[in-house]
Amino acid sequence: MSAREPVAVVGVGQTKHVAARRDVSIAGLVREAARRALDDAGLGWADVDAVVIGKAPDFFEGVMMPELYLADALGAVGKPMLRVHTAGSVGGSTALVAANLVAARVHRTVLTLAFEKQSESNAMWGLSLPIPFQQPLLAGAGGFFAPHVRAYMRRSGAPDTVGSLVAYKDRRNALKNPYAHLHEHDITLEKVQSSPMLWDPIRYSETCPSSDGACAMVLTDRAGASRAPHPPAWVHGGAMRSEPTLFAGKDFVSPQAGKDCAADVYRRAGIADPRREIDAVEMYVPFSWYEPMWLENLGFAAEGEGWKLTESGVTELDGDLPVNPSGGVLSTNPIGASGMIRFAEAALQVRGLAGAHQVDGARKALGHAYGGGSQFFSMWLVGSEPPAT
Amino acid sequence: MSATPASEVNPAPEVLRAPLVVEFPFTRSLGPVQSAFLTGLRERTVLGVRTTGGRVLVPPVEYDPETAEEIRDLVEVGAAGTVTTWAWNPEPRRGQPLATPFAWVLVRLDGTDTPLLHALDAPGPDAVRTGMRVRVRWAAERAGAITDIACFEPYEDHDEGDPAPAAPGTEERIATGPRSHSGEFEDPVAGIVAPARLDYTYTPGRAQARFIDALAERRTTGERCPSCRKVYVPPRGACPTCGIATSEQVEVGPRGTVTTFCIVNIKAKNLDIEVPYVYAHIALDGAGLALHGRIGGIPYDQVRMGLRVEPVWTEGGRHPDHYRPSGEPDADYDTYKELL
Repeated sequence: MSAREPVAVVGVGQTKHVAARRDVSIAGLVREAARRALDDAGLGWADVDAVVIGKAPDFFEGVMMPELYLADALGAVGKPMLRVHTAGSVGGSTALVAANLVAARVHRTVLTLAFEKQSESNAMWGLSLPIPFQQPLLAGAGGFFAPHVRAYMRRSGAPDTVGSLVAYKDRRNALKNPYAHLHEHDITLEKVQSSPMLWDPIRYSETCPSSDGACAMVLTDRAGASRAPHPPAWVHGGAMRSEPTLFAGKDFVSPQAGKDCAADVYRRAGIADPRREIDAVEMYVPFSWYEPMWLENLGFAAEGEGWKLTESGVTELDGDLPVNPSGGVLSTNPIGASGMIRFAEAALQVRGLAGAHQVDGARKALGHAYGGGSQFFSMWLVGSEPPAT
Repeated sequence: MSATPASEVNPAPEVLRAPLVVEFPFTRSLGPVQSAFLTGLRERTVLGVRTTGGRVLVPPVEYDPETAEEIRDLVEVGAAGTVTTWAWNPEPRRGQPLATPFAWVLVRLDGTDTPLLHALDAPGPDAVRTGMRVRVRWAAERAGAITDIACFEPYEDHDEGDPAPAAPGTEERIATGPRSHSGEFEDPVAGIVAPARLDYTYTPGRAQARFIDALAERRTTGERCPSCRKVYVPPRGACPTCGIATSEQVEVGPRGTVTTFCIVNIKAKNLDIEVPYVYAHIALDGAGLALHGRIGGIPYDQVRMGLRVEPVWTEGGRHPDHYRPSGEPDADYDTYKELL
């Protein structure tokens, strides 16, 4: 018996992400995604051994420990249920905690789910409480990240149009994804480039929307995978890393924790050359410029060279390294779920079930999430074949 | 053994503290079951839900706790019930159901299998007991919220199953057995506002208090890590990289270098700053990392990385109001690229 049980993704479910789901409670929202994941896996509630749930800070919706009241909606009564919390990366780390429970043979089949109902929430308020004596933050979330984008542009010498290319690509990809929030049928590059500067150098069209949505996956062992009605995705490696929000020497453009996390995933998955060996990437890009930044941080390009992959079309859906074929966070952002959507979309790609945004022949895909002040990272690499044991 | 309290021998330094109130009116979409329940309360009708196994739950839930199946079999239950347990609340707080001392009670309404938490208006703890009969006292103004039940009140001598007398002069219904209910009402309540409020006392701690004291003299101070020698501004009392305490005080600035920035074009709520303005990361001379500030005294579109700046204080301000160009030549990129 090998040390770790191979982990298979046999079910994926998402809600249609929208600005506001006023027709459902939070319980109803998570239920919808969970039910779809179980249907995909051909399983019922009784087949699930444990539930691992994630969401962004409780302050967002103001429901303290929502997992307690969601137990019955997720069929978790009488089973282990646990909550993971790592800010915006939580969807990814939640999936990894679930995967590790299967890998360690603690449970055979685990339902994992992440959600956010941003319409009932106020993320900006939740993140900028007026702490006494402290100088108030002078800008919103975009204002926090925009100076780092400028630093990247200075460091790499990237032309200032690269961000608009990413947004134009991701919004067009979203048109092929029925679950994506933004479906901008009349999108053009000119529209992106003429949208207002919110936090110069970040334009309105280069920012993510605010979404209500949930994403769920069913993870299981080899025996479970052999019974699955549809092809599974196999987890070849996963890792998490964290670092302080602020410290002397922190590199906001390419955080060390992100580099270390990627290196760990590649080592576990036996990836020597990510640029050649990985067929599709779902990375967490809340502002368009983070695509070239993460391409470098994740080892797909040398430092200062990431933007060239974007500019030359390598990251397009039909390019050599498609990035965010689903439309990405730029098209869909239920914050707590966004990381899990990346992981789930990577799984859909290697299962060959991504529909109109399928990358032809995708056999290995990377799912990536980050959160906080670029301080939490979680990633997994999934493949169409079981991992070598 | 000394009779003198230690605090009088060696008085503790005054600890800096301030109130921090966090409050927000969150909204909730109710979904079909909670919508029916709260709309029902508005209409003085208490609805529960029947599980697959035949139990009746109040408040109703959307999913069966035993089978996980979706359940939508709503029933109308009694407005009278039996206290299953209770606790006396001698000092009601802001926002609680009653302003005078009352009992928190779990009430199993007639026809249900699970108890509902609410308040019981009783003269004192001696008047409350497990097993006592109580009934709903409806609020005069009802909007579709749990507070439409103002509280419960004693209702002795009316056992479960007794014929339900209508209260004189009202349309009050005290139903007994659960009856199927469509859950449909005119003008249903689809959402509620749930105000949340947390009252804290915030204590910034010694490192930040020293920093604030220095700012009062218009000096900016940091603390140097004894291991990596980096100077943290504002100080946090510890180096997050080395994980050890910092105490050596180091004055930094007052001048510094803009390492990077953005131009803010959208007006933020609660910020009285005209847009556009420049929000910058500023590495004060001697600091190991940049802090954040606004740049003024120069057109926003002329701000650049490497710009040398100095703080501008306003009367009574706790922090520099903004930073302006110092007039020095721009810093070379190499001098601040490690601070980006």
